[in-house]
Amino acid sequence: MYAIDHNDLGTPAAAAGEPVTLEIDGSTVTVPAGTSVMRAAALAGGHIPKLCATDTLKAFGSCRLCLVEIEGRKGFPASCTTQVAEGMKVRTQSPRIEKLRRGVVELYVSDHPLDCEECPANGHCELQDAAEELGVTGSRYADGGATQRGVAQDASNPYFVFNPDLCIVCSRCVRACDETQGTLALTIEGRGFGSRVSASQHQPFLESECVSCGACVEACPTAALTEKLPIALGAPTKAVSTTCGYCGVGCSFKAEVKGETVVRMVPNRAGSANKGHACVKGRFAFGYATHADRVRKPMIRKRITDPWREVSWEEAINYTASEFKRIQQKYGPDSVGGITSSRCTNEETFLVQKLVRAALGTNNVDTCARVCHSATGYGLKHTLGESAGTQAFTSVTKADVIMVIGANPTDGHPVFASQLKRRLRQGAKLIVIDPRVIDLVRSPHIEATAHLQLLPGTNVAVINALAHVVVTEGLANDAYAEARCEVDTYRKWKAFVSQPKNSPEATEAISGVPAALVRKAARIYAAGPNSAIYYGLGVTEHSQGTTMVMGIANLAMATGNLGREGVGVSPLRGQNNVQGSCDMGSFPHEFSGYRHVSDGPTRSLFEAAWHAKLASEPGLRIPNMFEAALDGSFRALYIQGEDFVQSDPNTNHVVAALSAMECVVVQDLFLIETARYAHVFLPGASFLEKDGTFTNAERRISRVRKVTEPLAGLADWEITMQLAQALGYPMHYTHPSEIMDEIARLTPTFHGVSYEKLERLGSIQWPCNDAAPEGTPTMHVGSFVRGKGKFYLTEYVPTSERSTSRFPLLLTTGRVLYQYNVGTQTRRTSNLAWQEEDRLDMHPDDAEDRGIKDGDWVGVTSRTGDMVMRAVVSRRMTPGVVYTTFHFPESGVNLVTTENSDWATNCPEYKVTAVEVVKVGQPEAWQERIRSERSAQRRPAVPAT
Amino acid sequence: MANDIAAFFAADPDQESAAEQVAYHLKKFWEPRMRREIKLFLAEGGAGLSPVARRGVERL
Repeated sequence: MYAIDHNDLGTPAAAAGEPVTLEIDGSTVTVPAGTSVMRAAALAGGHIPKLCATDTLKAFGSCRLCLVEIEGRKGFPASCTTQVAEGMKVRTQSPRIEKLRRGVVELYVSDHPLDCEECPANGHCELQDAAEELGVTGSRYADGGATQRGVAQDASNPYFVFNPDLCIVCSRCVRACDETQGTLALTIEGRGFGSRVSASQHQPFLESECVSCGACVEACPTAALTEKLPIALGAPTKAVSTTCGYCGVGCSFKAEVKGETVVRMVPNRAGSANKGHACVKGRFAFGYATHADRVRKPMIRKRITDPWREVSWEEAINYTASEFKRIQQKYGPDSVGGITSSRCTNEETFLVQKLVRAALGTNNVDTCARVCHSATGYGLKHTLGESAGTQAFTSVTKADVIMVIGANPTDGHPVFASQLKRRLRQGAKLIVIDPRVIDLVRSPHIEATAHLQLLPGTNVAVINALAHVVVTEGLANDAYAEARCEVDTYRKWKAFVSQPKNSPEATEAISGVPAALVRKAARIYAAGPNSAIYYGLGVTEHSQGTTMVMGIANLAMATGNLGREGVGVSPLRGQNNVQGSCDMGSFPHEFSGYRHVSDGPTRSLFEAAWHAKLASEPGLRIPNMFEAALDGSFRALYIQGEDFVQSDPNTNHVVAALSAMECVVVQDLFLIETARYAHVFLPGASFLEKDGTFTNAERRISRVRKVTEPLAGLADWEITMQLAQALGYPMHYTHPSEIMDEIARLTPTFHGVSYEKLERLGSIQWPCNDAAPEGTPTMHVGSFVRGKGKFYLTEYVPTSERSTSRFPLLLTTGRVLYQYNVGTQTRRTSNLAWQEEDRLDMHPDDAEDRGIKDGDWVGVTSRTGDMVMRAVVSRRMTPGVVYTTFHFPESGVNLVTTENSDWATNCPEYKVTAVEVVKVGQPEAWQERIRSERSAQRRPAVPAT
Repeated sequence: MANDIAAFFAADPDQESAAEQVAYHLKKFWEPRMRREIKLFLAEGGAGLSPVARRGVERL
């Protein structure tokens, strides 16, 4: 079922072609060549009934309901498959057409129940609409729905139900799975009246290859595929456009509500990032926002061993402010700090760093991007001049070669993955560099031309080997590189990568990737002509994360693959607002727009605007804060939306640091793991409960709009504002648009951004200023932001975390489609139906050596700790490498990860931990303890008196 | 950590330039108390610091 306010035009827009003028029912209309008659009629304000056509799918021409008459042509062509022609004269209504359409609908209803009043699609069913329009109330041919009656309903999917008796076999669901999602999980099996929609090999939806993106449900014209929530809650009555709160794709949605309840999330067809598509998380997994675990009242406690005490907002804010003042007075201004969140809005992160810098007078502010893409910021800023990806997502449609490094888009960024797979099926070549056989390596109609299955921790050796081939085989684009980049650094880099130690033959012993495969991949990438690199945390979360980002930029510059569509270097950001939180000055060394705090003119600008003296020295990063806490010089932390205890490496170390502080303030939706060590809990607002903006991985700023009121009464920006005021620093905004106005005044790349412009354009990709008033889809066109591109020498330095006889396996981590990050949100949704625990993937050889079978409990031990989980024996893994996710706190994955981190940014090396795995009988005692503690923490707090 | 930073810049054949880049990085990204600590560590002998790291810290 479409969004309630969507006007379907029947077929997709044609690529911009020559204008064609025709006459439809006496009206003249001009449309681009290639447009269907059906779409032209809709654009002219007319209406042609249809069942198998919808404007997100290619015309199919099967239902025969959209028949029209065209002057000079025989018969009654289907308007969906007939393209417009100059001077064409079309009639969409006539007695003969009406008779034919009535006959078609009569045939459909002969095999479809007629109890519309009891149907969940009543009022939103396209068959019902057609029947009403044509006056069809029954069928001469059969009793409605007879052949399908009794076929069992499939309610296995937690979010939607399949009713075979309501299916009209229009194939819209099958085509949506193919064309929109690209999974090809559905088919029509059987013939004639026996035709049925089938998931995979006639399996229940939940057990099939279906990834529950919901494209089929949205495409269904009847109630054959129907969401469960609207059935339970009733039809929505209004729609609010907003932006998804999950991954960095930043899909635009229409939140459909009934009263104060969100009934459906429908992807916005006008959304530039997602173009009407969604994934299982964005479309369906929003139930956490109203989950019973949501904390609705502020709470405080003197000691972390005390029970929580519910208090008023006023008391919680004043208590926090008084504690921060007391601690600063006793230990100095730099004894406190704050953390901004990549899940909050730009405006909210901007306010937190403003509070820390201006109200607390320290630069001790950092963000959770520290542990994911900080290396991207450093690496791309130094080489290209800007801490951001270079392309729009649509750029992939012009790529000839797509290199995916350390990313798993089908799980982590599924909506972009659908776009990427579409391009691959059109013939683009795919190179995957990943220790695991990710889905992209081989899926329906897709096979990687080269999969470089390297050992974790050897990225830099591989990128240097690729560069070695490019340079030594004369495949570099010298003309481009010498014109666009610093010639001296380019030549030094060429000499460096040409050294024998960087040859594929030499690095094979390090990475495990056969030299011939590296050479093949390098030649493909260099040949392009448009070669694009997409990468993820498999690049950044290493001790050489920044080096690898620089190596990627070097390779792109050397081959001329920057500065136009179809090419580029694109980091796939993990959370919804990683890019934005970094842009907003969340790092301790820089203001918004990536300007260093030591830069006098910039600091003066902020001091004048904020009426405060600002520090000129960089502040502490997150791991430095922990160290300082343990040495006693850092005592209080204001944490907005980040769960250190679950997400940061070496959990025991993090817990010790938090326990050493005197005032830890957690602002979140739930009592997260970190809240166990907090003294103040400030209940935050979900993305559905506030206004603001998110910035996605393609630098696209999109509006977040309040759909429902904040459950705890305040949006996060209001909480920060109240805290600033309680600290004695005036902060008065009446709406987040005023915060954005301030950001725009103070940040050159945002100078042209305003809510008014966002309303007008829908979204804006920064830089947006006088030079680019409507934003910048592709960066570095003509020249690099830093002027000349700079090559860096990227020596491979092995990580100190190595496998040994005691810890012979390398553990690497990632995520799955159905869970998100530390799982705070998705664990509180029905996505648990697919994945309800973290598991350890291991190669059959490694499993057999240890007597481990699929499903066994295994103990995983590293130098820092141990954990227990179930094993999955899988050939996705290479021998010697094991893999897990970190979505569930009881797994304790970060008990085993180490504090190794990137040399430049301290981004933790989550991707390489030497471990041993043994079969065990049952979950460890500590896991039982965690369960017990979490259960105790959920005990009701003492209510406010 | 200083050694890790130095290991990156040590790829530069000009080791004095490498040391200068180490010092620049420490000034730009390390909080003052961390810089004080490493200077103190160097003053006490700096055991374990690589040559480039040592020369970088000397420039602080």
